Amino acid sequence: MEPVQLLDPDGRLTQDENWPLELTPELCRDLYRRMRLARRFDEQAYVLQRQGELGLWLQSLGQEAAQVGSISAVRPDDHVFPSYREHAAALCRGITPAELLVQWRGSRNSGWDPATYRFHIYTLVLAAQLPHATGYAMGVQRDGTDEIVLAYFGDGAASEGEANETFNWAATTEVPLLLFCQNNQWAISTPAHTQTRTSLHQRAQGFGLEAHLVDGNDILAVHAVTAAVAERVRSGGGPAMIEAQTYRMAGHSTSDDPDRYRDASELDSWKTRDPIHRLERLLEERGWMNDGFRADLEAECEVFANRTSQECKQLPLQDVSTLFNTVLAEPTPLLTEEHRRYAELVASFAE
Amino acid sequence: MAAPVISRAAEQSPSATQKLTIGKALNLGLRTAMENDPKVIVMGEDVGKLGGVFRITDGLQKDFGEHRVLDTPLAESGIIGTAVGLAIRGYRPVCEIQFDGFIFPGFDQIVSQVAKVHFRSEGRLRMPMVIRVPFGGGIGAVEHHSESPESYFAHTAGLRVVSCSNAVDAYWMLQQAIQCEDPVLFFEPKRYYHSGALRAEVDTAVTPAPLFSSQVLRTGNSATLVAYGPSVKVCLDAAAAADEDGTSLEVIDLRTLSPLDLGPVFESVRKTGRLIAVSEAPANSSLTSEIAMRVQQECFYSLEAPVLRVTGFDTPYPPTKLEEHFLPDLDRVLHAVDRALAW
Repeated sequence: MEPVQLLDPDGRLTQDENWPLELTPELCRDLYRRMRLARRFDEQAYVLQRQGELGLWLQSLGQEAAQVGSISAVRPDDHVFPSYREHAAALCRGITPAELLVQWRGSRNSGWDPATYRFHIYTLVLAAQLPHATGYAMGVQRDGTDEIVLAYFGDGAASEGEANETFNWAATTEVPLLLFCQNNQWAISTPAHTQTRTSLHQRAQGFGLEAHLVDGNDILAVHAVTAAVAERVRSGGGPAMIEAQTYRMAGHSTSDDPDRYRDASELDSWKTRDPIHRLERLLEERGWMNDGFRADLEAECEVFANRTSQECKQLPLQDVSTLFNTVLAEPTPLLTEEHRRYAELVASFAE
Repeated sequence: MAAPVISRAAEQSPSATQKLTIGKALNLGLRTAMENDPKVIVMGEDVGKLGGVFRITDGLQKDFGEHRVLDTPLAESGIIGTAVGLAIRGYRPVCEIQFDGFIFPGFDQIVSQVAKVHFRSEGRLRMPMVIRVPFGGGIGAVEHHSESPESYFAHTAGLRVVSCSNAVDAYWMLQQAIQCEDPVLFFEPKRYYHSGALRAEVDTAVTPAPLFSSQVLRTGNSATLVAYGPSVKVCLDAAAAADEDGTSLEVIDLRTLSPLDLGPVFESVRKTGRLIAVSEAPANSSLTSEIAMRVQQECFYSLEAPVLRVTGFDTPYPPTKLEEHFLPDLDRVLHAVDRALAW
């Protein structure tokens, strides 16, 4: 199966009657702006890691279209369960740079209130968030509302048992769940063809899910397919899966060295399919991006990058008491006693 | 979506007291919890029409509907993982793990997610979930059906672990665990589920003891036995036998395994000077290890003998024909009492 593509790498637009898209200059400019801000944020976070301000960073570089295109196609009240690289999606929900960075600075284990943004905190164990999303969708189903649940995962996570349990569980329980796989071709150093011998959307179909393959670097295709599939899920059509073919243009993390396992030519090839460039070409060709818009966006990106740096460096350290106070909803004698003894020890050094 | 609730608990119980087995008490506890809170959902393998392989959920699906009593796919990781999502959505899932040895496919979700979501989110997300586990041996089952995995969970920060030993506790502790805002691993002594000998009067109108508290079940002066779950009956039987020989044993039912409530144990050891901890779980790095350490720390000058343990061997659970050797029984407990008294 060929992936759904509406915008080719040269910015040429085609229509697909199966995936209608109401194309407006406003939509294209909005998607373009969100991708540019996400990329600038990601670049700045990378710099902050190299400066020693972050312990680790996992770049979303290259996956902006898959993330922005999908999350902009669901409703703000649709709950999202991300993995840990969904920075561009998180920014679309209004999560701040400080909230996104604090976990990677090592000050906290999560950065935001999931209820505020309808966006769950990052889950670092691969695919573990997928049954959570399924269970949440079971709750939605019981509450009888018309929300859907959007869950992100990757090609590596698809090898985990929980991904496959989720495909099966979602299909049998018919929950309002949209599983969105960003197949970025690499799980650290392991290529997708080592992970699986069937394509992921076909595997999902085998479990009884409606599943589609989309060019993940074509934001218009991602947006159109996600919007249509989300509405089918919302109207009781059952759970669905979308596989977006994209590319992790950076390493897995700042601790990784992709030069050890992949050819530069592969990266070069994907650079010609950069998701931002192709929408930029469309905007230019249609005359939908004037100099004023361009200059404003450049300035906004720089302001955002500066804000990212400043907020990161100002992040406060947690008091050690939060360790003991947040293990359980109610304190236990064991934790209270350990906390008291440690506080006494610290106080004795102060004297 | 939910079926109308029929208060069969009330129908069956004109008075507040009923004589129940542990299994029936658990069933009534579940039924009462579901009547009291529409957010309580029972889920697991074969818990619906069949009523669970041990019939603990018998009749619940018929009365509360398939949306509140779910037969799940056969996937423990999925059972626990979807329960996490249901809890985030505001439900109070009660998961049944069919047999103790089958909890391990769900282990990652329990220790990496259930136990840590509250901590990770700094309390923004709560995990009011109960994971029921029939545990322990003595039912003549094949491998993986007779294990005692409770120490893994007591060792994990962010989980609460309890075990009932009798029908009264089965009824009350299960409801209290369901009301708890934290995740609770609920270990049930499966070999006594349907024991007529353990049938007891359950008064559904009294105020129960707090969930996270230990209880002295029998007072004595010579030595203290501490146990939980199925080992409590072994200890009570041992104490009755010892009494005939003039040895007076105090028996404490731990009830809560994490957090431990060792206050009654310390008080008892200060009186008797001798403690024997009894459990089916292998001794190495176990709850009985923790009890022994804490008692030596708190009761050092009261001890007349080292803390002794009577436990399963540090082997995998044996084949059926050999399990009588593995399980702590009256003879092994009384032998340990003799050793403690002779020290």
